[in-house]
Amino acid sequence: MCLAVPARIISLDSAANMAVVDLDGIRKETSTMLLDSVKVGDYVLLHVGFALEVINPDEAERTLAIFAEMRADAP
Amino acid sequence: MKYLDEFRDGATARALAATIRNEALTGREYRLMEFCGGHTHAIFRYGIKDLMPANLRFVHGPGCPVCVLPAGRIEAAIKLVEEHQVILCTYADLMRVPAGKKDSLHKAKARGGDIRMIYSATDALGIAQANPDRQVVFFAIGFETTTPPTAAVLKIAHAMELKNFSVYCNHVLTPPAMAHILDSAETQIDGILGPSHVSSVIGSCAYASCCKQYKTPIVIAGFEPLDVLASTLMLLRQINTGRHEVENQYTRVVSSTGNEKAQALMRDTLVMRALFEWRGLGRLPDSAMQIRGTYADLDAEKRFAMQDIEVAENKGCICPAVLRGVSDPDACKLFGTVCTPEDPKGACMVSSEGACAAYYSYGRRRA
Repeated sequence: MCLAVPARIISLDSAANMAVVDLDGIRKETSTMLLDSVKVGDYVLLHVGFALEVINPDEAERTLAIFAEMRADAP
Repeated sequence: MKYLDEFRDGATARALAATIRNEALTGREYRLMEFCGGHTHAIFRYGIKDLMPANLRFVHGPGCPVCVLPAGRIEAAIKLVEEHQVILCTYADLMRVPAGKKDSLHKAKARGGDIRMIYSATDALGIAQANPDRQVVFFAIGFETTTPPTAAVLKIAHAMELKNFSVYCNHVLTPPAMAHILDSAETQIDGILGPSHVSSVIGSCAYASCCKQYKTPIVIAGFEPLDVLASTLMLLRQINTGRHEVENQYTRVVSSTGNEKAQALMRDTLVMRALFEWRGLGRLPDSAMQIRGTYADLDAEKRFAMQDIEVAENKGCICPAVLRGVSDPDACKLFGTVCTPEDPKGACMVSSEGACAAYYSYGRRRA
């Protein structure tokens, strides 16, 4: 029930608080009213028709770097 | 897909699992509760359970909103359809959850009830606008992840002055359930894999008091397999060094304070309910939300004078014990024979996130 999928914003209608997102080729309308600021190109987490949060690309990179380090240190 | 594939890499997963096996101390047991059904699902689907050392056990938590909703709330929703002839809108997960007397929303729909599955809470608004001569009720369930969309819909319906729309609110809260489980002496829990998307809304700070009071480490974990493995390692390291802190592995989505706009929307439209019954956990104080007085005209419980209905659990079903982390699904005598995803007897078999469904789908044929 709490599952949410990453989707990329491809267009925004700021007045209506709506966006069109791309989900691996599938386009879907989503509400952005739960977010303060969002721009075209951002990845958001999509949950029951709402963008719940913007995915932070720097933090994602940092997590992947930690994985790479852990992998290098593995027994 | 970006932000999914790179968090599912097999070689990295094997390396993380090897590190966990290497760092797990012999001579002790690690009992880690994954609170969310989403984590239970990931642990089984990606075979994480099989990569763990023998002395590390995942204990499945109650974080599946469909599973913890008592049958009486579903029976009350069926009454709305059959006695008040409302159009009932709900997420698909709820359709086959057993209500009392072997009934379900699915069966009520088959009897002619106007029950509609929706993808988004806003779809219910569209149905209300398209049917001005009918009462439309949105059967809202879920943890804090799913609550902000309900709050948004209340706000929109209020602004639109929709007269034929109301919400049957069944939203529940994560921290009180977590505290309840840690408080009960029934289950030994050494650490908790904390919720992913609930935490994106409420923030990692929300677990600080629980962590401190019960001296139990909590690591907020993403739902992808590498997230689960890295978080398990972080828990193991806290346990091995005697620490108990809230750590956040899922930093690409979760901040310490969460989504403040979503929180403000929830505060504006909802208030704490004094007491709410959870399947398996019983009646817990301050553990669920109800619609705020300002929005009372959109509260289905008030509009239709809904009463609490007591429904006895199926005696053979051990869902309540599974939800408290006391029993594993395969300890149930109905599991996989009488109770299957096609014909579920208990809620934990219905939802794809339920522990019984995870065991059935991925774990049944384990040698």
